[in-house]
Amino acid sequence: MNFEFSSDQMLLRDQARKFLENEESVKKAREVLEGDQTHDESLWRSVVEMGWTATTIPEEFDGLGLGYLELCVIAEELGRSLAPTPFSSSVYLATEALINQGSKEQHQKYLPKLAAGEIVGTLAHTETTNSPSPENLNCELSNNKLNGIKIAVTDGDVANFAVVSAKEGDKVVLGLVDLASKGVEITSQNTLDPSRSHASIKFKDADAEILGSSQDGWVALQEILDHAAVLFAFEQLGGAEACMDMAKEYAMGRFAFGRPIASFQAIKHKIADMYIAVELARSNCYFGAWALSTNAPELATAAATARVSASKAFHECSKENIQTHGGMGFTWEFDCHLYYRRCRQLAANIGSQAVWKNKLISSLERANQI
Amino acid sequence: MDFNDTPEETKFRKEASDWLSTNATLRDDEEAFKYAGIGEDDALTSAKKWAAKLYDSGWACLHWPKEYGGRGSTPIERVIWGQEASKYRIPGGFFEIGQGMAGPVLMMYANEEQKKRYLPPMAKGEEVWCQLFSEPGAGSDLAGLKTKSVLEGDTWTINGQKIWTSGAHYSDYGILVTRSDSSAQKHKGLTYFFLDMKSPGVEVRPIKQISGGANFNEVYFTDVKIPDEQRLGSVGDGWKVALTTLMNERLAVGDASGPDFQEAFNLACSHDLNGDLAIKDGSVRDKLADWYCQSSGLKYTKYRNISALSRGETPGPQASITKIVSGNKLQEIANFGMDIMDAAGIVRPESADAEQTMYQMGFFGAAGIRIAGGTDEILRNIISEQVLGLPQDMRADKGIPFNEIPSSNKK
Repeated sequence: MNFEFSSDQMLLRDQARKFLENEESVKKAREVLEGDQTHDESLWRSVVEMGWTATTIPEEFDGLGLGYLELCVIAEELGRSLAPTPFSSSVYLATEALINQGSKEQHQKYLPKLAAGEIVGTLAHTETTNSPSPENLNCELSNNKLNGIKIAVTDGDVANFAVVSAKEGDKVVLGLVDLASKGVEITSQNTLDPSRSHASIKFKDADAEILGSSQDGWVALQEILDHAAVLFAFEQLGGAEACMDMAKEYAMGRFAFGRPIASFQAIKHKIADMYIAVELARSNCYFGAWALSTNAPELATAAATARVSASKAFHECSKENIQTHGGMGFTWEFDCHLYYRRCRQLAANIGSQAVWKNKLISSLERANQI
Repeated sequence: MDFNDTPEETKFRKEASDWLSTNATLRDDEEAFKYAGIGEDDALTSAKKWAAKLYDSGWACLHWPKEYGGRGSTPIERVIWGQEASKYRIPGGFFEIGQGMAGPVLMMYANEEQKKRYLPPMAKGEEVWCQLFSEPGAGSDLAGLKTKSVLEGDTWTINGQKIWTSGAHYSDYGILVTRSDSSAQKHKGLTYFFLDMKSPGVEVRPIKQISGGANFNEVYFTDVKIPDEQRLGSVGDGWKVALTTLMNERLAVGDASGPDFQEAFNLACSHDLNGDLAIKDGSVRDKLADWYCQSSGLKYTKYRNISALSRGETPGPQASITKIVSGNKLQEIANFGMDIMDAAGIVRPESADAEQTMYQMGFFGAAGIRIAGGTDEILRNIISEQVLGLPQDMRADKGIPFNEIPSSNKK
């Protein structure tokens, strides 16, 4: 037993952190937030050059064939630095969906280009303000034609293709759609976190092929989301720790009543609570990483635990970081709000906290055979 | 990262599990936390019998050196043993202070002869130890203690009072911090000893707790004599020795014992709420999910700490989070359990192993665990100062002689 990343993986984490610091990733996130770009193209190109998009893609498809543990440490650093790129949509969602659910031909067609960063993929699932379920999906796929509307699709206006959930009769299926094809209408959507782009996508008789065999698309989708949940949890963990570090640094330098506010218990205990939330999340994330990397039977439980725990830690840390900064934390100028926004974006992107808590208990009910 | 056993670990696990299966009784989940309704004397007798069995078979104090009664095991082997042992009904609750706190301090500060004399019986459970630290005026601010020690020739004379001393009434020995110089600065005038609890002048008075039980005590010292050779550390260095003890206390203090996620989950699966099973209720599922994440987070945090230990890092104050999280979780789960049972939840059952009992015990136990061995608040100070490096609070007791510091009776 060993509950720590290997020294090679820790080295990769350090390199990723330094690389993203040198690239001024947080500053670029602010530029994207304030500007009109969907993402920072130069940072995205650098990330691709580092080979990170190829991490888990098998070597036969021009990938690096590394494990999930390597991808987890990269995700932690992307989260810490708020990297404004389509990495998570393309890698955690689209690439993972293809590797795990795609057919041989689909592997051939997409994976080498995803590895090389030549194309970007995403997942389109949300349709309304109702949490998606097999019953309330409205998109329809029949005879390889897709109809319907998806909203709040992260990187929907950057991606070249999307994995789309839809109904085929009573069945849920997952379709693969080229977003440049006829019958696809993409409209950018403004969100709480403009450092990541979002779009609504309207499909009108758009060409779509079924992802893999998609016997039961809803089950396949849950597997895709379980994989992504672990990776997103590492981003959330990195973001949470960044907020704790910001709060700590500010409290050490800010004086009131003749001493650093970090010497007041009201502030110290707040930061201690952030530390507790981050440590619990980190431990749950590590177990999730292990379950993902070994495809353990506990994966569904481990993924939901990592997700719920990391969402909670990021929420705690991003809001209490603003509180620790006082009025400064409420200004546009300080970076606190960038994390507060990203926290909300990540907490919602693959299903809300309530959805994942329910999944967690459901997986434990299955484990307890109830 | 590998949550599976290596071949050597598999071998060790099998050895542990084979021994346990022939020597202990498995417990099923249903009875996991039911409290056997036996009195303290009987519980102590059976715990001592079990400890002796462990010792005779080489399973006592796994990580201690063999010459002092241990097994010389690695930290990971301790984890494996803990995992296997948790499947069995193991009597305990009497030796944690000795084996977890007094033992490591003796190993660091006692002479060889003393180690050979005291450590093996401690490992075997023959001799029980207690910790005489807190005083009526010195709890969270432990270094404010006043029990006086005076040296004459080779013998110290002790006068004063300790409080909250768990198990003092059945302990054979105790570790004790005293003030040997009240004109020195607060942390510099302390001296540390171990003593025979049967020494003349030691008087133990039980304190009735909110639960109705009396596991802890006041201990009075009237002209108690301690030979100088039972001093641990130099004269005036007692604070340093006490910190070593407290560091080990944090490792020794495990999860708050009582109902946890699994018990709350089983309860929700077997009780009605609003006309359906409680587990179907959204607010129940929400709470259960939080508790599962906390339990799982603590479990793997502990494993990460053990991994750090096996890499040769010293046990850090990081372990403080276990007590904060598990104490608060226990308090919530105890409340939840009684709430699920509705009005019947507060009825004291006839039988000690009825379902209500563990939640009712947790209800009181949690209130105690959040205070014992460092309050939630002190532990947050430790995390923020020692782990995160935040500055200490402003203090009114720094740099002045102890006897000039304002106190509750002297302002």
